Amino acid sequence: MATLTIPVEETKKPLEQEALITGAEAIAIACKLANVDVVTAYPIRPYDTVMQYISQLVADGEMDCEYIVAEGEHSQFEIVKHASACGARVFCGSSGVGWMYAMEALTVTPALRIPMIAMVGNRALDDPGAFGVEHNDALAVRDLGWMLTWVDSAQEALDTALIAYRVAEDRRMFVPLAISCDGAFLTHSQALVQIPSQEQVNKFLPRYNRGDLLLHPDNVISVAPQANEDWVTEIRRQNYAVTEIACDVIREVYADFEKTFGRKYGNPFFEEYMTEDADVVLLGMGTMSTPVRVAIRKLRAEGKKVGFVRLRWFRPFAGPEIAKCLERFKAIGVIDRDFSFGSPNLSGVVATEVRSAMYTGSSTRPPVIDFIGGLGGREITVPDVEKTVEITFDAAKGNAQPLTQWIGLRG
Amino acid sequence: MGQLFAVEVIYRGVFQKTLAKNITRDIVLAAHNQGKLGISFGRYGDAPERNGIPAKSFAIVANDEQTLEAGMAQYEPKQVDLTVVLDDTLCKGAESWAWYGLQPVHHALKPGHTLIVISRDDAPALLKNIHRREEPYKLGIIKGVTSFSGMWVFKDDHTDVRVLGAIAKVLPEVMTFESVEKFINEKLKSSLKVTSARNAFERFSSIDVKAGMGNPEEPFKFDLPRWEDMRCGVSIKGQPQGGAFADPVTGKVGGFRPARNELFKKYSTRTQRPVVNFSTCTKCTLCWLNCPDAAFDVTIAGTYDTNLTACCGCGICEEICPVKDCITMVNESEFHDNNSQWAAFEKDKDAYLKWLEATIEKAEPIEKRSHGFRYRGQYQEQVPEALEVAKKG
Repeated sequence: MATLTIPVEETKKPLEQEALITGAEAIAIACKLANVDVVTAYPIRPYDTVMQYISQLVADGEMDCEYIVAEGEHSQFEIVKHASACGARVFCGSSGVGWMYAMEALTVTPALRIPMIAMVGNRALDDPGAFGVEHNDALAVRDLGWMLTWVDSAQEALDTALIAYRVAEDRRMFVPLAISCDGAFLTHSQALVQIPSQEQVNKFLPRYNRGDLLLHPDNVISVAPQANEDWVTEIRRQNYAVTEIACDVIREVYADFEKTFGRKYGNPFFEEYMTEDADVVLLGMGTMSTPVRVAIRKLRAEGKKVGFVRLRWFRPFAGPEIAKCLERFKAIGVIDRDFSFGSPNLSGVVATEVRSAMYTGSSTRPPVIDFIGGLGGREITVPDVEKTVEITFDAAKGNAQPLTQWIGLRG
Repeated sequence: MGQLFAVEVIYRGVFQKTLAKNITRDIVLAAHNQGKLGISFGRYGDAPERNGIPAKSFAIVANDEQTLEAGMAQYEPKQVDLTVVLDDTLCKGAESWAWYGLQPVHHALKPGHTLIVISRDDAPALLKNIHRREEPYKLGIIKGVTSFSGMWVFKDDHTDVRVLGAIAKVLPEVMTFESVEKFINEKLKSSLKVTSARNAFERFSSIDVKAGMGNPEEPFKFDLPRWEDMRCGVSIKGQPQGGAFADPVTGKVGGFRPARNELFKKYSTRTQRPVVNFSTCTKCTLCWLNCPDAAFDVTIAGTYDTNLTACCGCGICEEICPVKDCITMVNESEFHDNNSQWAAFEKDKDAYLKWLEATIEKAEPIEKRSHGFRYRGQYQEQVPEALEVAKKG
């Protein structure tokens, strides 16, 4: 279970309150602190825990927002899209096939420059109907202009939600952002979290200002007209321009977050664990970090120099930085909690992206072995991780290893 | 590279969609009879499923595959060897749904090549509408009633084969009359159609249009912005609300005119226009309320003046108007400008009412445009009439 607490600077402590809450609750509290104007909801596990917590906050009189229960995910995302166009700070979310049901609404938001913040409680896509975590739901929007980030603790969920509003609502960005939280491991487990004060948040997070894009009778504009081939390439180029500066904006916001709240995240894009002297590393996203760190400590005790790189931001994908980080290792083992059937080397999504980034950004060519596992909520066990490390070390020695292997698989 | 030919057919959405598609397809099939290869296609950015909107269909014909491929390696032909206009009111210009501005009908025609129009008018009347151009070209008229049917319906009034016959006269390099005849006999299986095509072939003639002849109006156009200069968020500035305006004759300020988009005017969709009798208008507001395009300006006197750059000629005002003969739809080919009727009325009421009476009277026995078929059996009525005109040539 994800219980990593990040040390808080002594001077900031009196401003914060400690609470034992789930990742979902942490995001609900972030919404309250961000003074979100419009929330839309439609139940699906594991996202629904967030909508429950927000409705509780509203019922308790702690939070003031329009809380709309839609008749389905498509409407849910359409409503916040329109509310955001009218200048409201919005929050919504979903999981698995619910997220896919909203897909048409999800595809239109980046071009319309809607800074919608969504929480994706990662869940396996049907069929079979399974509640457990798998990353393919959120990853379905990876090419569409959405920003995608994965968190691995309740604290990080809260902090990232605040950061998300700052990044997405930056006038240079204005694109939707999804915070991915692994179903069950993060959404449903409680951990100690430092909750910042309203004053701190107000200082960090300015009001959402839609400027000349505001849909309002005093600013008459027409949004999303039909356009022919004379216009579409230019519109896509505008969204491309956002991706060109996205990493810089994120870096700025993390620096300001650290200044305001005192919590340090270091490199915003990925977190390194015991990599300084490592020969090989594992790389993955989300709450798999917990068994991975435990396994690494165990293997380190046995003298095996292994580290872990946890990817926080998948979109934007900080390609050059990731390649520079990974080029110094003798082999890399990627753990994919997803699949990308028919992809190059039949690997998962993350391994394919990592290899692509290294092809242009790395001066070395270490083997990148992909491990697909933990699907449908299956536990990635410490022995599973030990096995991946063993295979990665074998690849580092120059022994041929299949580029894609399944872990935790019966058979 | 071998020889490449492009023919474009300008037509009206819905009413002539099937006709235009058939003509460009038939060109390719007839040309194939003399060993040529070709393709036919509609311009994808157009909206052939919208009533009356100007649209284009193309036939590209070549002697060999590589030449044909060179012709296909572009979205649409930039230059054509022949342009066919299936409705003479399109001579005022074609504003595609895909927002290319107002294009003259000879926009893509190569210098010296032929523009064919189906019309009952003569060349001087058409040239009042067809825009001026620098390069000379030829204008030929196929005498006939505009063939209008529907989205899924093809009115079998021989317009298609008459166009094929005329093209065989102008561009025998694409298809000779023998190729057209063979195509009709084999595919359409009608000796009467062969006769219609032959009549059109034999009677077709064209005049030389010299540089600078035609309608001096500058068609409205716009420059496409660079991506950095475009508003982001797929948004465009809306039109302001509009308001009072200066009366064209008295100069007094009053009434209400909605602000309108200067870059998309819609009037080239029109095949008939409302003519308003301001002396019998009771100011009941129904035309103004029911107009789907907010085409009416409220005059200072409280009457309703059709803004003829905004009106697309749907005829709802005529249907809704409770006063007999107050609003009458008249064939658009009777008019050569978009000037305000209210201004003319105010300037000289008697002259306007005389003009109004003559216009309506003149318009009545002439082709009353009907957009598609409005009642069961109309098709059966229309085809013999059209065939009669076709036989007379």
